[in-house]
Amino acid sequence: MTEPLLDVRQLSRRFAAVDALKTLNFSVEAGEVHALIGPNGAGKTTFIHHVSGALQPDSGSIHFAGRDVTRRSMHQRVAAGMARSYQITNVFRGLSALDNVALAVQGRADSGSSFRFWRPVRCETALFDEARGYLAQVGLADQVETVAGNLSHGEQRALELAMALATRPKLLLLDEPMAGTGPEESARMVELIEQLARHVTILLVEHDMAAVFRLADRISVLVNGQLICTGTPEAVRQNADVRRAYLGDHL
Amino acid sequence: MAFYRPAPYQKPLAGILLLALLALPTVLTAFGQEFYIGFATRVLIFALAASSLNLVLGFGGMFSLGHAAFFGAGAYAAAICLNSGISEALFALPLSMLAAGLFALMVGAVSLRTRGVYFIMITLAFAQMAYYLFVSARSWGGDDGLPLPARMTLGGLPLAGDAALFYTALGCLGLVIVLLGRLAEARFGRVIQAIRENETRMEALGYPVFRYRLLCFALGGALAGLAGALLANLSGLASPNLLQWTQSGTLLVMLIIGGVGYLYGGVVGAVVLLGLEEVLAGFTLHWHIGLGLLLLGVVLFAPKGVAALFGKRHD
Ligand SMILES: Nc1ncnc2c1ncn2[C@@H]1O[C@H](COP(=O)(O)OP(=O)(O)O)[C@@H](O)[C@H]1O
Ligand SMILES: [Mg+2]
Repeated sequence: MTEPLLDVRQLSRRFAAVDALKTLNFSVEAGEVHALIGPNGAGKTTFIHHVSGALQPDSGSIHFAGRDVTRRSMHQRVAAGMARSYQITNVFRGLSALDNVALAVQGRADSGSSFRFWRPVRCETALFDEARGYLAQVGLADQVETVAGNLSHGEQRALELAMALATRPKLLLLDEPMAGTGPEESARMVELIEQLARHVTILLVEHDMAAVFRLADRISVLVNGQLICTGTPEAVRQNADVRRAYLGDHL
Repeated sequence: MAFYRPAPYQKPLAGILLLALLALPTVLTAFGQEFYIGFATRVLIFALAASSLNLVLGFGGMFSLGHAAFFGAGAYAAAICLNSGISEALFALPLSMLAAGLFALMVGAVSLRTRGVYFIMITLAFAQMAYYLFVSARSWGGDDGLPLPARMTLGGLPLAGDAALFYTALGCLGLVIVLLGRLAEARFGRVIQAIRENETRMEALGYPVFRYRLLCFALGGALAGLAGALLANLSGLASPNLLQWTQSGTLLVMLIIGGVGYLYGGVVGAVVLLGLEEVLAGFTLHWHIGLGLLLLGVVLFAPKGVAALFGKRHD
């Protein structure tokens, strides 16, 4: 069996009085969509923060693409092929959608050094041509010039996804990409993630169970900082502990 | 804050201003007001210093209360160059910039690991440490400062005349403004402005944020050093007072009056503040009251600075 793309071992993290993550063992296989579900406050966002490098664990390790990245900073993990979206939309509201994505393209090592001081960015057509491609991919081809702050909430979620894609990730960490979007926008987002999943591995945190069961190859359930079960959607649906702890009212 | 974009009529306006400044020494001499050439040079030098702070604070979002340390370091570097026989500006000015820039690199390497109030306090602490270092350095004149034996030469020509130094300062300021304008729209400038807006997001896009901020901080320090070196030439002295935190405060006030993050914010602020000081000091010893009123006026009527009144920074 090949090594998993993401391998989290014995990960623990304590905030003042809360054991946010309790010796988690968790892995994502290359090519799969792995959904992480659980009630509010279970520690899902905290987990994503640790995987992406925004937070450091008290103990345990994180291996990505065969390397130990536990002590690597966030930007090093991005360079290694990890990209994330935020639960709370996090884009440059004063820049156009295109400029937002171009900034993400520019951040990639293979698009050249950003220690350049003279040539205006707007003359670097290659950056913007590539950025347009990602915007088209997430369905924002008509909103290229719109200032990000003026996009609808759902469009901003899509923009955030385009920015993550522009880093050319091997693994996408999506923290509730459907949060706060209407049913139509949600449906579009599900379709989009389904398309993306053909080319990139995805760790998906999501509350919308219909979306989760449609998209996920495997599901892990996190409750109070503990993983209580990992398995195929069917297995998780049948699991008695999961039903008791969480799914009961969702199914 | 939004990202820098030049206002449409910014270039012609700057061109007119440049022509007026080129003619200024001749005009002042014709009217027998040569004294004001030195004053105008001082304004240009402070415009340069405030613009260097603009790179750090306006574009880089780093609220440094120790910027004058690099200003002063440049002045001392120039004085030391001249006292050890390096009087050619083409060597002495870059050397002063290098010294101030390296000093800023060291200060930045430590202080940029902190944020917010801690960053303000630690930059202040470094500047005060440097101040006491120079005050106690007997061989550099202690608290009397280090006098310059003569002014620099530029390409072999002495800068002894006031007009010659004026044009040198004007040339330096012009170059720096052009550089900052280009930088703000180039890759590096976009990155530091984006970091100012949201540094975590930039980390998450793969940018090594610390490196960009450090370089921005050091570049700002080097440009402040250039201003300091010119000021030492103007006043014939590198004084420890140049490193005082009150001096950092003066540069901050200039920039805030002029417009933080506007390309000409530092220039406008230096003209307004030093001009006002000159005019009011002629009438009353209590010119600080007038300055206070001005600051109040800026906060009330032009909270983004005077430069903001002339045009939007973005579409
Ligand atoms: N920075 C922090 N300091 C203290 N407690 C935190 C911090 N971040 C999260 N927590 C706590 O950790 C738990 C998990 O939070 P979170 O990861 O946001 O949950 P989820 O995303 O699953 O809803 C919560 O009890 C939350 O209050
Ligand atoms: Mg969450």
